[in-house]
Amino acid sequence: MLGSLFLLSSGLFLGWSLGANNAANFFGTAVATRMIKFSTAAVICSIFVIIGAVVSGAGAADTLGKLGAISTMAGAFTVALAAAITSLFMTKAGIPISTSQAVVGGIIGWNFFAHTPTNLDALTKIAGTWIFSPILAALMSFLLFLLAKFFLERSKIHMITQDAITRKLLIIAGAFGAYSLGANNIGNVMGVFVSSSPFKDLMIGNVLFSSVQQLFLIGGIAVALGVITYSKRVMLTVGKDIFHLTPITALIVVVSVSLTLFLFASQSLHDLLMQYHLPAFPLVPVSSSQAVVGAVMGISLAKGGRNLNLKIIGKISIGWVLTPILTGAIAYFSLYFVENVFLLPTV
Amino acid sequence: MNTIFSSKTKRLEAEIEGFLDRVSTAGLVFEEGVKCYINVNPERFEEYNTELHAIESEADRMRRDIKHQLYTYMLIPESRGDVLGLLETLDDVIDICEKVLEQFSVEMPDIPPTMQSGFIELATLSTQAVEQLVKGARAFFKEIKMVNDYINKVHFYEHEADKMEEQLKRMAFRTSEISEFSKRVHMRYFIEKIAAVSDIAETVSERLAVYAIKRRL
Repeated sequence: MLGSLFLLSSGLFLGWSLGANNAANFFGTAVATRMIKFSTAAVICSIFVIIGAVVSGAGAADTLGKLGAISTMAGAFTVALAAAITSLFMTKAGIPISTSQAVVGGIIGWNFFAHTPTNLDALTKIAGTWIFSPILAALMSFLLFLLAKFFLERSKIHMITQDAITRKLLIIAGAFGAYSLGANNIGNVMGVFVSSSPFKDLMIGNVLFSSVQQLFLIGGIAVALGVITYSKRVMLTVGKDIFHLTPITALIVVVSVSLTLFLFASQSLHDLLMQYHLPAFPLVPVSSSQAVVGAVMGISLAKGGRNLNLKIIGKISIGWVLTPILTGAIAYFSLYFVENVFLLPTV
Repeated sequence: MNTIFSSKTKRLEAEIEGFLDRVSTAGLVFEEGVKCYINVNPERFEEYNTELHAIESEADRMRRDIKHQLYTYMLIPESRGDVLGLLETLDDVIDICEKVLEQFSVEMPDIPPTMQSGFIELATLSTQAVEQLVKGARAFFKEIKMVNDYINKVHFYEHEADKMEEQLKRMAFRTSEISEFSKRVHMRYFIEKIAAVSDIAETVSERLAVYAIKRRL
């Protein structure tokens, strides 16, 4: 068990880093503009990220599993480590990347190493959502901004009441965002360990607590630790330096990003749409950071295209290509190293 | 709505509205005070003078209380600097109204009959600038897109007051009703003081314009 836990550590580190970097996308502006205290944000974010991961994490994690089922813990450890190293490197370089892109690259690296064919259908589906998710977030924030503007110009709500409403909505939207983050992104953190999970299904009363949910709970706790220990600095940077948003535009961004993540994570919505023969959103882990960039651009466009920073689109596109390739390469060579130096079975 | 949002929010809103009421009343009391002085009604003039002192102290207290609430409860963190800046400069409007009436009371300027209606008109124009400023400030809190309309009116009344000011000053230095040069200078001093009320209203309105742009979505 101790050995298993050690092998989970790279995934937990990935989770910690996800929490440290992504919580800011949902609470950054609210904390930086002092609308919400950091402690309040951290507690809400941690709780909802764990709930999202345990309750609704399976869908998006499943799609990653289809790409390549890593059969040993040592293999999963190496892939998650490669993803963590790339994430750290890209974040340092100021490129908003998705852990998902790193993990996908890592899984493909493992497939190459294990001579397993990569499921191209799953890969196309996943890569398509990377491009689609910021566009969807932009579209949502564009529409929400126009709606908010229309409403606020006619409502004659006093500034002080408006502030109180915004504050409450920021908390609700942040909680929803944290839930969606947990649901959508836990697959990145723990997805590679699903096939080799060391846990057994448990029955608590009449409720089944599956081995995957136990895995996601531990991953969720790692994300929460990332939020609590390290996200404050990132929040202040996101809130103040990168995009200057007012509390209301921040609310629009958070709602757009949360909805985007939710659409790509909700199994029940997926089933509902399928039931009515409507095109359903694929359940794929997407990047909240890239969705934020999309949402901010949506607002800029709604304002008439002022302050539109096109350079960031280039940076994101670099991330789409470079992150999976880099992680794949690191994973491939590390797997070779782990198998031959530590003599651990990776396939 | 009232049940969802705390009494704290409602109390603060009421206090801000109350403060704006004081600014508006200060302008009206100032105008009535100048009229009473010119129409030689010293008792009522002194009543207005005293009333304006009371309004000024009350507005000061309210402003401090609003500031205290904004910072204690961390309200409107994005705009509270602007709100306090606005309230402080609006307080300057009350201060100048109070100062001018007090100077009338202390120095008792001797206004020649041909200039009296001009003095009243100047005081009315200044008060109207203050009125439009207060409406603009109310719009800043509730209906941001209307702010510019009121700011334009402040500019209009200030400009009219400027013209009246110049006309009165010319009269002061040309009329045969005043014999001593010192009294002509004394007239000029009071004309400038009454017109200063509209000047300050305009200065505040310019700040308000900037705050309003910042608050737009």
